[in-house]
Amino acid sequence: MPHYVAFTYTEDLDWTAPEQADVMVEYDEFGKAAAAIIRGGAALYPTTTATTVRVQGGRGGDVLSTDGPYAETKEVLSGFYLLECTDLDHAIATAAELPAAWHGAVEVRPIITFPER
Amino acid sequence: MTRPPDPTRAALVRLVRDEGRRVLATLVRLTGDLQLAEDAVQDATVRALESWSSTGVPAEPRGWLTLTARRRAIDLIRREAVRTGKETAAMFLLDQDDPPETPQTLRDDQLRLMFVCCHPSLSLETQVALALRTLCGLSTSEVGLALLVPETTIAKRLTRARQKIRMAAIPYRVPEDHELPDRLAGVAAVVYLLFNEGYSASAGDDPLRPALVVEATRLARLLSELMPGEPAALGLLALVLLQDSRRDTRHDQDRRPVLLADQDRGRWRRSLIEEGVILVGHALRRCPERPDPYVIQAAIAACHALAPTWEETDWDAVVSWYDVLLAVHDTPVVRLNRAVAVGELRGPAAGLTELDCIPGLADYPLWHAARAELLLRVHRAADARTAFVSALQLPQNSAQQAHLERRLATIPTC
Repeated sequence: MPHYVAFTYTEDLDWTAPEQADVMVEYDEFGKAAAAIIRGGAALYPTTTATTVRVQGGRGGDVLSTDGPYAETKEVLSGFYLLECTDLDHAIATAAELPAAWHGAVEVRPIITFPER
Repeated sequence: MTRPPDPTRAALVRLVRDEGRRVLATLVRLTGDLQLAEDAVQDATVRALESWSSTGVPAEPRGWLTLTARRRAIDLIRREAVRTGKETAAMFLLDQDDPPETPQTLRDDQLRLMFVCCHPSLSLETQVALALRTLCGLSTSEVGLALLVPETTIAKRLTRARQKIRMAAIPYRVPEDHELPDRLAGVAAVVYLLFNEGYSASAGDDPLRPALVVEATRLARLLSELMPGEPAALGLLALVLLQDSRRDTRHDQDRRPVLLADQDRGRWRRSLIEEGVILVGHALRRCPERPDPYVIQAAIAACHALAPTWEETDWDAVVSWYDVLLAVHDTPVVRLNRAVAVGELRGPAAGLTELDCIPGLADYPLWHAARAELLLRVHRAADARTAFVSALQLPQNSAQQAHLERRLATIPTC
């Protein structure tokens, strides 16, 4: 069977805040209903926690990290990796090894770990 | 009626703020959470001011502050745990027995905090605000005043920064050797930006913002104490001290800028010059094959600081240092400064030739101003006038603008 990615586009919110509890219940309901076909997924922290990584001059060049999400329209979303890293420095260093960072940009966003219920 | 300033009270406030900065670095290590640590230390410093003004300063003020802040942190975590029904990792850290605080742990705590506040994944404006709030211990409103930004904007910026540090897991650690040059350059850039903003404010009516100069000097000093083996740290402090030695002579009573050539060198602060020159010497001896840009700039500043008059400046040395600087840090502004020095060493015509070869400075008022001065010296008054007018059309602080207008007014109309 073919696999698909479903990117969600919403307001830029902190999903861990108590005000989002109702919406999170709805996501939980979706999670249960579609459990048979969900292979993975995650909620992201707001874009204020994002870092955009570019490598100047291509492979092996200077790593340039900037605060905030990817904000231009020349490139398009072309893929994603789920990385388990020790910290943001590790994530940035890994992102800089991606060809996308040499020719475009890689947006690094932390994923929310919800407590076990 | 306002109370007269109380010297004991002022000394107490200073003590609490100084120790509070160190305690914050420790609490950040213990809790792993900048926001929590700042809240706890804030509370402890308020309590210290209350309690110490009546009972006197305890024998170990830092120990007192650390203990109080630690208890407060535990309190805050418990409350949060009750609210959310979950224990946090910070509790575990705080419950552990502390290894005794040594100069080494204190040093590492402070360094880690510096590298977090100046992390490249934070915007430069955020790094500057964090440095003033977290590293210098200024209140949010003081940070706003120092940066001429509304307090609410600063508060939002700081909250977002702390969130990012926590959520994105910006690490509290001293960078490894291979990352250190870049990361140290990042910290130095923040400190130097703060210094420059205080030393020659880019906007506003007051060309000097002493509070920023004081805080930047404090940070440069701290960095050089924490990393005494790093030429960049020594060079940065030397540069800041040497430039600051001219503080009292850079503006006249009407706040108008006085050029280096016209400053009263007798009023330069000798103690800062002496310390700066010694630091340049140390830094140069430690420079590896590739000299550090801050050390070279400090060496140039030392040439000026040691010259008895503008005319007696060792221009040969100044131009040579600029050549070294260009080799590691080639920017149009460095070329501009080198051209001015060439104008002194080989005459205004040679300086002009150099100036006219620099691309990319059409929007920089000081390039037009420097051209204008050299044009006057080769008796091209009309061209000098045009250059001053071009300089005046560009954005700059009001004192600089007034200076250029005055210079323009001295040119007789033909």
